[in-house]
Amino acid sequence: MSSGETLASLDYSILQQCMHCGLCLPTCPTYDATKNEQHSPRGRISLMRAIADGRLAPTRGFGEEMSYCLGCLACETACPAGVDYAHLFETARADGERAGVLDHPLRRIVRGLTLKFLFTHPRCLRMAGRLLWLYQASGLQKLARVLGLPRLLPNRLRELEALTPIILAKFSHQLIAPVENPKEKRRYRVGLLTGCVQDLVFADINRDTADVLLANGCEVVTPPVQPCCGSLHAHNGDPETAAGMARRMIDLFNPASFDAIVTNAAGCGSHLKNYGRLLDGDPVYANRAREWDRKVKDIQEWLVEIGFRTPKGVIRERVTYHEACHLCHGQKITRQPREILRSIPGLELVELPESTWCCGSAGVYNLTQPETAMALQKRKVGHIFSTQVRVVATSNPGCHLQISIGLARRQADVRVDQPVSLLARAYRLEKD
Amino acid sequence: MAFPGNLTAALRAGCAGLEVRDQPEELIPYSFDGTAVLQQLPAAVVFAKSTQEVVSVLRWSALNKVPVVTRGSGTGLSGGSVPVPGGIVLCLSKMDKILEVDAANLTLRAESGALTATISGAAEKAGLFYPPDPGSMKISTIGGNVAENSGGLRGLKYGVTRDYVMGLEVVLSGGEVIWTGNKCVKDVAGYTLRDLFIGSEGTLGVITQVLLKLIPPPAARKTMLAVYDDMEKAAHTVSAIIAAKIIPCTLEFLDRVTIRCVEDYAKIGLPRDAEAILLMETDGHPAAVEMEAAAMEKIARENGARSLKTAAHAAEAASLATARRSAFSALARVAPTTILEDATVPRNCLPEMIGFIQEVGKKHRLKIGTFGHMGDGNLHPTFLTDEKNRDEMHRVEAAMQEIFHRAVELGGTITGEHGVGLAKKKFLEGAVGRENVAIMRRIKLALDPHGLLNPGKIFDLSS
Repeated sequence: MSSGETLASLDYSILQQCMHCGLCLPTCPTYDATKNEQHSPRGRISLMRAIADGRLAPTRGFGEEMSYCLGCLACETACPAGVDYAHLFETARADGERAGVLDHPLRRIVRGLTLKFLFTHPRCLRMAGRLLWLYQASGLQKLARVLGLPRLLPNRLRELEALTPIILAKFSHQLIAPVENPKEKRRYRVGLLTGCVQDLVFADINRDTADVLLANGCEVVTPPVQPCCGSLHAHNGDPETAAGMARRMIDLFNPASFDAIVTNAAGCGSHLKNYGRLLDGDPVYANRAREWDRKVKDIQEWLVEIGFRTPKGVIRERVTYHEACHLCHGQKITRQPREILRSIPGLELVELPESTWCCGSAGVYNLTQPETAMALQKRKVGHIFSTQVRVVATSNPGCHLQISIGLARRQADVRVDQPVSLLARAYRLEKD
Repeated sequence: MAFPGNLTAALRAGCAGLEVRDQPEELIPYSFDGTAVLQQLPAAVVFAKSTQEVVSVLRWSALNKVPVVTRGSGTGLSGGSVPVPGGIVLCLSKMDKILEVDAANLTLRAESGALTATISGAAEKAGLFYPPDPGSMKISTIGGNVAENSGGLRGLKYGVTRDYVMGLEVVLSGGEVIWTGNKCVKDVAGYTLRDLFIGSEGTLGVITQVLLKLIPPPAARKTMLAVYDDMEKAAHTVSAIIAAKIIPCTLEFLDRVTIRCVEDYAKIGLPRDAEAILLMETDGHPAAVEMEAAAMEKIARENGARSLKTAAHAAEAASLATARRSAFSALARVAPTTILEDATVPRNCLPEMIGFIQEVGKKHRLKIGTFGHMGDGNLHPTFLTDEKNRDEMHRVEAAMQEIFHRAVELGGTITGEHGVGLAKKKFLEGAVGRENVAIMRRIKLALDPHGLLNPGKIFDLSS
């Protein structure tokens, strides 16, 4: 959606495209849980259309319904008519925010601190990450947990405390030089997006991504300080900030000077490919945004597109693959990660039942709707157990964390990894 | 007729424990079904979890004279489950259990909210087969299938939902519960009442349980795709196959408009200048399938198929079927409003009917793609239009009227598998005659004297 767009001002044919056939219903996790049409994509679109028609005002009930939606986009895959649900959903959440239907002083503070401050100031976000790292690395967190201090917190915060991810000692800019060149002949020039959560929690995966690109003849350009891509803002009803972040991103990575701009986080990728829509009415950025959309590639999509080199290093492991919603539904990338996993000698790919069913991470959903998120996490972990593997691969930091926590809760001897990291390891093993 | 006082409060008081919803955000999602354009807000939506709760709702409805529209997943295509003014929606989606699979008697018993796909899967798990496969089977409920007597792609060889219903539990207006039918293949004790409820579109009673017949699955299948320059040639192929005493399980066609839309959407290499594509499939004993497939290939070539492809294995069969499977999706993307119809004619009149639909489309300046079941004469003329364009919607209506009229003239019907509901009510008398509708009214009044069950659907009580 271009910023400022509302359900009422939206091109009406996007709403009309839904012919209410109902084929989205069985793929929707919240309909599956409730069997209530209101909690289905078809039902939600009917509410959006009622608002566009002026038959319904944005109400608290409407706002709650939109935050109950995971935004997993499984409905888009199921839809025979090609409804652009992501567009509708983001517009609807923005309408809800504008009308302030969920407004609450504490909510305002949390949103202000995160969306408006931390996730628009990458240096401050890193600072916060560093403090958290200190707290964890110094043993203070362990001590606090041993002393049972989290029990003193209110319920909600206690749950959040348990979800705190382990922050890495080094962030992306400490692991990746601004420009790195392949040993062999340069075939492509690629920009690497390091992400926000990915940067603090999975900087090693960013390093793996750079390594894999280098091994395939790509010059890797990684600006040390990168803004958030704005997906968090767009998904949470703040399109204006999202548009601002998109402009900053385009300024930082001039799309004309790259063959591809690569991301390894599915949630970011799904949003990054829509800058064109977000900046549609912008006289300065609209054209560059369209070019940007063409250049943004998920790492796995890019590797398969350029014909990545089959690794020779052997990883003897049975691995299953969980499909991040914003990769399989949001970007329709399903074949490439499997192709990468299958290319690794010794690795046996075991298909995961319901591999495209949301794990409950869904951006910040596990924080905003813990109950539903927990049920989905349990369902996912159950399926992972049924495959009897020791490694589950996925390519999104949210899913990675959500599934890790779910596995830890069951004290499972299963580890979460990412296809690109497994590939990087297979390349490294060649040298041994 | 407005309810005196607070309807939902009275409903909650009258039906203890029942889930009742009445907020605008809760009602809007239940104000329509799968039919284009039709919409009506209900006074309340209730979710029954047991036959007993359905009984309490129908008792309350009779006592307070409040109409009830029963609904499963709301995928109907004739407005059968669109609410009525002042009425309540009785949703059975939460009554979705498979109760029994009886391998000795080849039956399956389920609550009416069970999904068709779940039933099909449960049969498969027991090594059996439930053949009806309506297009919405992934989400349609078995109760809805029975109430609409749904068809599907396998009609010619395997029949429709009616052919698999052995028994029903039905709650009547006023709350009385009956079982009609049983696990016996033969049973002539009195009127076969279950047949009355099949295809009754929720106007005679609320189906709460279904006893279904299962059959052994076919051991082998073979799939072919033939391309024609002329729809007549495709139709002649079908007639010749049936004259050769072969009953294929699938004989599906696409017309020129549909072929082009599919090619634009799926890019699977269909010839854009073809007039017809025929997807054929035979199933059964492997030896019989081999023989039949060879005969069908020969017949298709003799009748002028310009190209013909036979799938060597399952994956190739799936790829041949892509054209037909994407037909509706491809058409649905072309225009904001998609209206899917189901006029049906005797098999031998099919080419004439398809030609007529193309002419009508031209005459009224409309885009109509036609695909469907060539084996059983069930067509799906699909109008690609925009409900906001009033002038065009008038032309759509005029075209539909002509199409239904012609179908009846050719000895066919206004609806092969979608039902009458609201959308085709005004065409019913023309199709079946006044006498038939008069008898339907008398049956309706005998079972639902106050007209509380899905009133105003199929026909009006007063002529």
